[in-house]
Amino acid sequence: MVSTFEPKSDYKVIGTRPIRHDGLDKVTGRAVYGADIKLPGLLWAVVVRSPHAHALVKSVDTSAAEAMDGVYAVMTGADIPKHDDKVVDLGEGATNLKWAADNIMADEKVVYQGHAVAAVAATDRYLAEVAADAIKVEYEVLPNATNVRDALAPDAPVILEDLVGDDLGEEVRNTNMASHFRHEFGDVEGGFAKADHVLEREYSMQMVHQGYIEPHNATAIWDQEDRIKIWTSTQGAFPVRTQTAGILQMPESRLKVTPLEIGGGFGGKIPIYLEPICAILSKKSGGRPVKGIMERKSVFEASGPAPGGVLTVKLGATNDGKLVAAETDMKLEAGGYPGAAVGAAAMCVFSCYDIPNTRIDGWDVVVNKPKSAAYRAPGSPQAAYAMESAVDELCEQAGFDKMQFRVDNAAKEGTRRGDGVIFPRIGMEEVLEATKATDHWKSDIGEPSKPGNKRGRGIASGYWFNVGLKSSVNLALNNDGTVELVEGSTDIGGTRASISMQAAEVLGIAAEDVRPTVVDTDTVGYTDVTGGSRTTYATGYAAWKAANSMVEELTKRAALLWDIDEDGVQFEDGVFSSKADSELQISFKDLAGKLNDTGGPVNTTGSVDLEAAGGAFGTHICDLEIDPDTGKTDVVRYTVIQDVGKAIHPSYVEGQLQGGAAQGIGWALNEEYFMNDAGSMTNSSYLDYRMPTSLDLPEIETEIVEVPNPIHPFGVRGVGEVPICPPIPAVANAIEDALGVRIYETPMNAGRIIAALEENGD
Amino acid sequence: MDVPAKVHVRTTINGQPQEFLVPPYMSLLDTIREIAGLTGTKEGCLDGNCGACTVNVDGRIVDSCLVLGAEVDGKNVTTVEGLATRDGLHPLQQAFLEEAALQCGICTPGFLVAAKGLLDNEPKPDEGRIRHWLAGNLCRCTGYDKIVRAVQKAAAAT
Amino acid sequence: MHPFAYVAPKTVDEAVAVLEKHGERARPIAGGTDLLVQARGGRFDLDAVVDIKKIPELVSIKNDDSGLEFGAAVPCYQLYENPELSAEYPGLMDAASLIGGIQIQSRAGLGGNLCNSTPSGDGICPLIVHYGTAVIAGPSGRRELPVEDFCTGPGRNDLKQGEMLVSLKFPKPSSTFGAAYERFIPRNEMDIAVAGVAASVELDSGGNIAKARVALCAVGPTPILAEAAGAALVGKSADDEAAIEAAGAAAAEAASPISDMRGTVEQRKHLVDVLTKRMVKKAVERARS
Repeated sequence: MVSTFEPKSDYKVIGTRPIRHDGLDKVTGRAVYGADIKLPGLLWAVVVRSPHAHALVKSVDTSAAEAMDGVYAVMTGADIPKHDDKVVDLGEGATNLKWAADNIMADEKVVYQGHAVAAVAATDRYLAEVAADAIKVEYEVLPNATNVRDALAPDAPVILEDLVGDDLGEEVRNTNMASHFRHEFGDVEGGFAKADHVLEREYSMQMVHQGYIEPHNATAIWDQEDRIKIWTSTQGAFPVRTQTAGILQMPESRLKVTPLEIGGGFGGKIPIYLEPICAILSKKSGGRPVKGIMERKSVFEASGPAPGGVLTVKLGATNDGKLVAAETDMKLEAGGYPGAAVGAAAMCVFSCYDIPNTRIDGWDVVVNKPKSAAYRAPGSPQAAYAMESAVDELCEQAGFDKMQFRVDNAAKEGTRRGDGVIFPRIGMEEVLEATKATDHWKSDIGEPSKPGNKRGRGIASGYWFNVGLKSSVNLALNNDGTVELVEGSTDIGGTRASISMQAAEVLGIAAEDVRPTVVDTDTVGYTDVTGGSRTTYATGYAAWKAANSMVEELTKRAALLWDIDEDGVQFEDGVFSSKADSELQISFKDLAGKLNDTGGPVNTTGSVDLEAAGGAFGTHICDLEIDPDTGKTDVVRYTVIQDVGKAIHPSYVEGQLQGGAAQGIGWALNEEYFMNDAGSMTNSSYLDYRMPTSLDLPEIETEIVEVPNPIHPFGVRGVGEVPICPPIPAVANAIEDALGVRIYETPMNAGRIIAALEENGD
Repeated sequence: MDVPAKVHVRTTINGQPQEFLVPPYMSLLDTIREIAGLTGTKEGCLDGNCGACTVNVDGRIVDSCLVLGAEVDGKNVTTVEGLATRDGLHPLQQAFLEEAALQCGICTPGFLVAAKGLLDNEPKPDEGRIRHWLAGNLCRCTGYDKIVRAVQKAAAAT
Repeated sequence: MHPFAYVAPKTVDEAVAVLEKHGERARPIAGGTDLLVQARGGRFDLDAVVDIKKIPELVSIKNDDSGLEFGAAVPCYQLYENPELSAEYPGLMDAASLIGGIQIQSRAGLGGNLCNSTPSGDGICPLIVHYGTAVIAGPSGRRELPVEDFCTGPGRNDLKQGEMLVSLKFPKPSSTFGAAYERFIPRNEMDIAVAGVAASVELDSGGNIAKARVALCAVGPTPILAEAAGAALVGKSADDEAAIEAAGAAAAEAASPISDMRGTVEQRKHLVDVLTKRMVKKAVERARS
């Protein structure tokens, strides 16, 4: 039974902007990130990686490395336990241990460039590098397929010989197609038959990376009692424990994972890479601590990027501007092992619209690239690029107003999502109304800064369903009325603050009087990843529950103090009082000082396992200025409008909207995995991967819309993921507006713009 | 393997004289983190494209991954740990807190040291100048907006 | 990365002696912004790096009536923060102020950029259009080489075993000289040229172009002095659109780019045409001011 809540507006803490609790450590350099941990006798791990995208590992000769002074341990893929098919749930997504183990280190076959094949542990990092260079690996190079077209071609090399594909329920062998599923509702053909305007287009996308600035890292001790301790930068300590234990075939209870500060993740720090390697090297070196840091090139080549792919969208609308049918086929790159985010893409692709007849085909395709992972609304930006570009083009073809069309067809409560879910109360209509009311929308686009340049404006919407899942929070009351809050959610962007604020609101104390600590897996109850836009929502919910328990317990203490019935005590604005006798009052803080007289310490817990979360929508307005002679494109004005349910800490909500938009803009314009014929990524550095710098972005304006989520105590909806969905199509639509050409492939970089203009005869 | 002899380095880090032996091939970044023990300076890319390892050497900001530890003999190095004084935080640190100019915080030390390098020489930069100066520092969380506001705020406060 | 020794000689002779002794396995370090990245990336194994910044000649700037000479280890910022130079050597300033970001400019210099000899080096073409000369020291003494003859292939140059770049020399520009450099990059900073063009002009008393040079970056195995592009301008009015068009076409013709992750052949040739026209106009504008 899902509880529902009435929205309030008279909050004391929620909606304010306190300084985040971990801020001081982070501006002074004191915060300890994964790479910062120091342990006595520490060894450094360096991983040997495949230079080939697809090859058999014929032999690995580690003898020279092993003979070096200072080298304590060497391992190869043969040291990773072998697994049968077994799927483990990681909260946001699941993983099959057989593939996950092979992804940690290849034994017989490498399936992408950068795939780990061996590792060494030595007394310092430089020595470990030299030792790693001394490991000789012999490969038999195989033909590669690095994109969905090549991988699905009849003559494609089979990447995983034992993969059994699922084609609409039929088993398929000798294939790179891991799965093909379909969602179909209404009468799609009938819908298109009724349409006066039909448009069908195909869109191609290149793989992109989350680009977090902190490289993956791990430090591990595997001691002689078979206890494993891990320190790492992760989005979820418990999922690290689950994955590492699964891969090492150890009971989870033998592992303790301590999450250190994390330098960005965006979904990419849910999977593990170095943890089992450092653990095995530790065991082999007699239980010494082993630390590994992934170099940037390997972060690109061997962590978990977001899939590229090929997407088609077909839309049908009647003359009165109503969508009557839609169809899509989305083929996304899984990477070297199954698991592209195409299921999520299917949940999102048509979600901004109310369409009676829809069919969605999704394909998960194995290719010779790193195994894809979540990246901020995984699958949804890809779907949004195709859908929102097609909507704009349909409007151009039929002469519809692009904003009015979006308003007329907006999803609302009761709309059926493309995968069958019926929407509860959502905020798409409110977001579009708020978009029309922005200064940006009402302002003229302005003159180009240079003669000859062209300006254009695009809008696009996006959706993410958000997830709930499991979280645990412990509260302990100090005798000065401050509260220790212990949580399992690693803090990537200010969630210590947003969770503490929800507890503080219940307890009637200041945000600063709640002191949050993120702890290891031995010290708090199970908590899922910081991902899926769930942390402020679900861990905040757990904090709300723990705080309510604390109020309940303190109510008993007040009753005891006054020798009255607990039903006769009320709590409001941080003060306990007797309902009957207004003289009997005690503040939360004063009562905290009287615990010794009333039964001792007050500790409470809150835990949740939330099935529903309440989806969220955003619409972006993007103004571009383009030099048509060079294709150089600059974003000159940008506004994000989003329904956040309730903004707990508005500054960090704005930050999420701005950061997501910035990533989406980078994805739209320049970011890509550029693969050569050998299957190698040729731009695996920040120099050539081209993420936006401060000089590439304007001020990013934000408009927070609050349509409270009825199933959260404070009305919170997940915030972090929606903002990466609209930018790609918003940029595509703005390019079209500026130049009259449409780009059907990302990145929509200068070369593609020039080529499109030339094709157009400009 | 023949390992070349370590180099004797005398330097000043955050106002404190320091003396140590450093492997000749060790970067200033690793020298600061592993020998001097100051882990506020972060590794991001090791090729000078992210600015997370920015430190100040003799009044100029540099990527410490592209400097050798041996090169700072006789020089004056400032890291993020050297920004706050016993009187309190540097105005930039305070502004970053108040303006929510950090999310994950991994790029923050580099941005702070870089921004200080700007304000030390140009107390009142405009937004364009700030964005230009900070282009060598990548942030993937914030979209830079709040960072730029924070630098503006610190500039106004000093 | 192969462990290397660090030596910091005080004179050019000492540096040359170390370089001669180690041959391929020693390299000078000035800014280190390319060297350390390449050493770390395994492009070469070094036994020694030779820090040349303690040699006075390598870090000095001399500017007088005969021209400009600066040491091979002078970092970018010392050029563009020098107001005297920025007026007279605008092409050099364009390059010095756009290599890397502020952090890189604290260390990297045009000398190192030349010695790195990458086709996309932003610092090289401006040296060429300023008629720069490389002063080289080696075991058999010193020699001078026009900058356009310095690079011999991607990452390769004319330096022989034991030789090092000491300084770069430029004739003093006349009052009617102008130069400019621009590259196309998708971002606005911290990026590597898809294509770049440097141009310089010297105007005669009648306002016609007396001398002109156009040099191309990132569109061939080495930086390219596009002589036909310069020739298309000489003797023509500085406002002669047809001549400027012809220079653009000649430059595009001289370009021999490849397609890679930074751009395609077609895009690069197109950019050379566009940038040549823009740079010639900018050089003319600067020549007149």
